[in-house]
Amino acid sequence: MKFVPLTIIALSLASAGLVSADTDREVEAHKVVLDLAGAFSNDGFKMRDGHWTGPLKSRENALVAVNLYAGNQYWFSVGAVDPAKKIEVAVYDETGNRVTTESYSEGERAAAGFTPTSSGQYYVSVSLVEGGESTYCLVYSYK
Amino acid sequence: MSFLGRFSLGLLVLSATITAAEAPRLSSDQLAKAVRNDAISIPTPGELFAALTKPGKPNWSGQFRGPIPTSYRNRPQIALNLGGLIADGFIAVEAQDSQQVKNIGTDIIKMAKSLGVSENILGRSNSINDFAENNEWDALQEELEATQNEVKSSMQSHQDQDLVILVSLGGWIRGTQVVSAAVLQNYNEQSAKVLRQPALVSFIHDKMNDISPEMRSDPLVKKVNDQLGALEQLVAFPAGKPPTVEDVRKVHDAVAKVMTEIQQKSDAK
Repeated sequence: MKFVPLTIIALSLASAGLVSADTDREVEAHKVVLDLAGAFSNDGFKMRDGHWTGPLKSRENALVAVNLYAGNQYWFSVGAVDPAKKIEVAVYDETGNRVTTESYSEGERAAAGFTPTSSGQYYVSVSLVEGGESTYCLVYSYK
Repeated sequence: MSFLGRFSLGLLVLSATITAAEAPRLSSDQLAKAVRNDAISIPTPGELFAALTKPGKPNWSGQFRGPIPTSYRNRPQIALNLGGLIADGFIAVEAQDSQQVKNIGTDIIKMAKSLGVSENILGRSNSINDFAENNEWDALQEELEATQNEVKSSMQSHQDQDLVILVSLGGWIRGTQVVSAAVLQNYNEQSAKVLRQPALVSFIHDKMNDISPEMRSDPLVKKVNDQLGALEQLVAFPAGKPPTVEDVRKVHDAVAKVMTEIQQKSDAK
């Protein structure tokens, strides 16, 4: 069966309660990011049925710790809402060094992808490049 | 489907690879302040098994275990076993064994009900059966993950927050038991690398220390928690250095011992 993003969106939104009582802005950011992550699903990536939403502030990176497995390919997708105009996603290893990633960025949506050669903890960094303070939502996909 | 959703990855990734050379390093203070959350920081068994499959498909059906009791009365024990059962569901999906998926799905729902989780979970049972009947393996994997999240979400809304981490822990232990067994059966460095997860165990250990004193003093929870420190050491291989066969054997023996304690019926109150 080939997944359609709408199925994934429905499943993901259904479990939104895992992150306590999302606000309207968080729900909106979640919708934005699911739209982006759906593109990776079309290429065989499975989207995690979990997400993280939080505030996105000027001159401050939002950092989220994830635990990854060597050999898998990962894409970290982030969506934000107005007044954010441009955001950026980067990945750092457990010692704080930035890892080389493929990237996508278009306005309030951005993604970074890579294949770790070492299993362990990594950090996804989300930064506001242009626009006002906002809310972001992070999901990730793997294959 | 949205406009963006129609694009495949090849078309989407327009920009060049970002090289890391000039980027400033994050300080340990910054890393310490990073968000850590059950929903995003703990990988699913599906992610672990996907990585194990890369060097070559393991004999997944060889990793099935016999049915475990579903009539535990001790809530922490039910939560730990529920996590393990969900991992079993992922194994059955990898093995593409529809009958095994259906059996495990039934047991998952039975255990979830005994914890008083939402009635919504019953709908999942039908979906699991339907997808298994039609051999829709990708859909099944998503359904299992959604089931796990729904169980955790229901626990949170029923003030059973402490049980959430036990479900995650049970899943990690069972997943690691299976992966270490599969690596031992056909050792190669690439497969062995997936067992390196010290930060993950440390995160789970920290969360275990946050649960209520009453639940922490439960004999089984105490026994499992006491062994997490040692497990953290066992999976702390140096980055870039794959664990040896002997390293893997030590991990396997340790998690198998914990799993035996978790599923032992005599421990139920």
